[in-house]
Amino acid sequence: MIDFESVTITYEGAAQPTLADVNLRIDEGELVLVVGRTGSGKSTLLRAINGLVPHFTGGTLQGRVTVDGRDTRTHPPRDLADLVGMVPQDPMSSFVTDTVEEELAYSMECLGIAPAVMRRRVEETLDLLGLTDVRDRPLLSLSGGQRQRVAIGAVLTAHPRVLVLDEPTSALDPGAAEEVLATLQRLVHDLGITVVLAEHRLERVLEYADRIVYVPGGAAPLIIGTPSEIMRDVPIAPAVVQLGRLAHWEPLPLSVRDARRRAASLRERLADTPEPTAPDVGARVVTIDRTKASYGEIPALRGVTLDVAAGEVIALMGRNGAGKSTLLSTLVGLRRPDAGTVRIDGLDPAALTGPKLIGRIGLVPQESTDLLGRDTVAAECQDADRDAQVPSGSTAVLLAELAPDISPDMHPRDLSEGQRITLALAIILVASPAVILLDEPTRGLDYPTKARLAQILRDLAARGHAVVLATHDVELAAEVATRVVVLADGEVVADGPTAHIVVGSPLFAPQVAKVLATAPGQSVPLTVTAVQRALAATS
Amino acid sequence: MTARLVHPGAWWLWAIGLAVAASRTTNPLLLGLIIAVAGYVVAARRPQAPWSRSFAVFLRIGLIVIAIRMVFQAIVSAPIGTTVLVTLPSLTLPDLFAGVRLGGAITAESMLAAFYEGLRLATILACIGAANSLASPARLLKAAPAALYEFGVSLVVAVTFAPQLVADLDRIRSARRLRGRANAGIRGAAGAAVPVLEGALERSVNLAAAMDSRGYGRQAERSPQLRRMTTGALIIGLIAVIIGVYALLDASAPTYLGLPLLIVGVVIGLVGFTLAGRRTTRSRYRPDPWSGAEWLLTGCAVVTGASLLILGILGTPGLTPSVDPPVWPALPPLAVLAILVSALPAFLTPAPPRPRVPLSREAVAA
Repeated sequence: MIDFESVTITYEGAAQPTLADVNLRIDEGELVLVVGRTGSGKSTLLRAINGLVPHFTGGTLQGRVTVDGRDTRTHPPRDLADLVGMVPQDPMSSFVTDTVEEELAYSMECLGIAPAVMRRRVEETLDLLGLTDVRDRPLLSLSGGQRQRVAIGAVLTAHPRVLVLDEPTSALDPGAAEEVLATLQRLVHDLGITVVLAEHRLERVLEYADRIVYVPGGAAPLIIGTPSEIMRDVPIAPAVVQLGRLAHWEPLPLSVRDARRRAASLRERLADTPEPTAPDVGARVVTIDRTKASYGEIPALRGVTLDVAAGEVIALMGRNGAGKSTLLSTLVGLRRPDAGTVRIDGLDPAALTGPKLIGRIGLVPQESTDLLGRDTVAAECQDADRDAQVPSGSTAVLLAELAPDISPDMHPRDLSEGQRITLALAIILVASPAVILLDEPTRGLDYPTKARLAQILRDLAARGHAVVLATHDVELAAEVATRVVVLADGEVVADGPTAHIVVGSPLFAPQVAKVLATAPGQSVPLTVTAVQRALAATS
Repeated sequence: MTARLVHPGAWWLWAIGLAVAASRTTNPLLLGLIIAVAGYVVAARRPQAPWSRSFAVFLRIGLIVIAIRMVFQAIVSAPIGTTVLVTLPSLTLPDLFAGVRLGGAITAESMLAAFYEGLRLATILACIGAANSLASPARLLKAAPAALYEFGVSLVVAVTFAPQLVADLDRIRSARRLRGRANAGIRGAAGAAVPVLEGALERSVNLAAAMDSRGYGRQAERSPQLRRMTTGALIIGLIAVIIGVYALLDASAPTYLGLPLLIVGVVIGLVGFTLAGRRTTRSRYRPDPWSGAEWLLTGCAVVTGASLLILGILGTPGLTPSVDPPVWPALPPLAVLAILVSALPAFLTPAPPRPRVPLSREAVAA
């Protein structure tokens, strides 16, 4: 179906090719997962399938890419639209029209499909993707999962034989991500569509993939194989695979189900793991007391009460729209609560400004680029020094400590996702706030970058900062959080030590806990490192 | 009648009919009647949508137009009549500007004439506002001929980009607070502008890639000769239409320039549109039907517009009431009847459907 014949792609001005001498053949009806670190060339590979690279992006493509016999050299993306459906990373920026139904029809209109056929396909697609209830809604009013499904539906109506998706679940909560992945699986099974998918959070998709293409980056040759072959030694692997590697299971388990069936002996050895001692926490720095907030008529927080102490790492979890971001913006004083009080060090954050505010509490927003406005990293650092009224050069020193690989004359927008978050974190940290908030920090981060971020957060907590992160990433929460707070509909529905909250929860349990859990209430290690430590202690 | 949205083009025709009627008279009673009719239909048939509040906006703009017209008349134009209200200090201009007067006497007659003319313009604006309230701009663009398709897409994209830009600005302004900076003043605005524009640019590039991937701009082959013919027909048709409309609205222009030229221009333009439309291979999803209600609106437009045009040509008394001496305007019954015809759609067209689902929570929270 898709053929790459010795393809080398070099972007204009780049010293070395992004992809070199790629030979890849993807057959009809396959679900191929493209994995690799951020910036390794995954997106380039995907976008070469429908000719966006190089027709749209520029650069040179040597070799040949054909899809169902059509050469991308002679067929620009628009002439492949009936064959390849391309779902970009951010669905909102790809929408052309303003309502669901019209968006679904747009590709077909461009292809000149007869009105009667269009009508039928729109109805079918609405049903297939479960969008019937929202068919005449404006796209702006949809939730993240719905938007992603509309984006998939919008290319499906053209009846493409290949579907290409670039990180379709990165912005979604676990529930919505399941929804989208289930849809994809159904398309592969029922319609025989070939799916090529790039994804960072492998734990969700690994078990569905027929083959994996690992893009090592730096123009090194691709590694292609079945999931269990590839997962044996690539640096990016989900927790369940890492656990399998640690326990020397053969063949390597790819899903929690596989792993559980082999984990009997490991469970026994870990049975009497002592309950982790509650970490020492310092003085209380944040008090939130019966706080309410709303958007117009719609309540976002309905009386939240929460204390945060120095040295704690709190993971704030819950589905999209549960009030996590609202709580964080109330904490930094971006919005005043309708009722109740929020106090940082006994002060009202909404009344603080300038150095008084950023010296107490700092937030790394979901879009970390929002914090950045200058054209070099160095200028950004100098600005941060001035804002925080600290000696010149402090931020640069701090940044070099956190991420030595960032060059000061780079443009902040050219940094990788992980580097940008680290830069934003350095800017916030230089004012040495007692409380650090992060909104969805692991969006688009690969496993090694995530591990680095986790290490940084743990160090911060050890130095006495309080850290609160809103996240959908259960593995990160298990890794760093000392306490988990679950929000639903603007209310706290669970609050306690991480192990108590996540073990036994189908949505919030990390993979290792799912594999090792036996009886409810029993203490199990939550992460691979914890298993490692426990094994070392017992042997 | 089942609730449905009537074709936006039909509402525009209806509004143009009223606007043409308004253009033929300065009788304040008739003009008031036209505004009332437009307002009544808007109140009865506007859908629940953001654009449907534009009627009031256009009425307000109309008031401003009247005020400006009267102020200009008072300060700049030569007075009519003899009933002096006030005398402003006048300025004698050099010979170069002979004929232009600044200040001087303000007469009741000239004020009245200015009011009538301003009101006529305001009424035409109200008709446009009514069409705006009743017809969804997005659906109108969908109904635009294939040749205007690219233009339509760029407008739709601009319309959907605006709210996103506002959201971006909001986010970046809060981010400035997170860095401990002030939002107020020029520096605050300038600091937010760069990231907002960068974000918008990035989004446009993404959108362009997405549109390309989805088949936007697929074209059928065309010969250069056909292309030249298309362009020629479009330009000639447009020029003819412009002259025709001008002649029709300007009562002092020779009659042979008006309607005939307009018709010729429309025909040539339609040929051009058809030729240009052949280039794209697009089809339309669920085009709005043109059925009973749409024909009714067309009929109303023709009756109202044409009646006033004919009455104007016949010189029916009462269409342009005298301002010197000022008299209470008479009401020509035929004109009243013709305008009232355009109120029929308030009863005879299907009502717009009520929205089914309210906005979702997430959207408001996002």
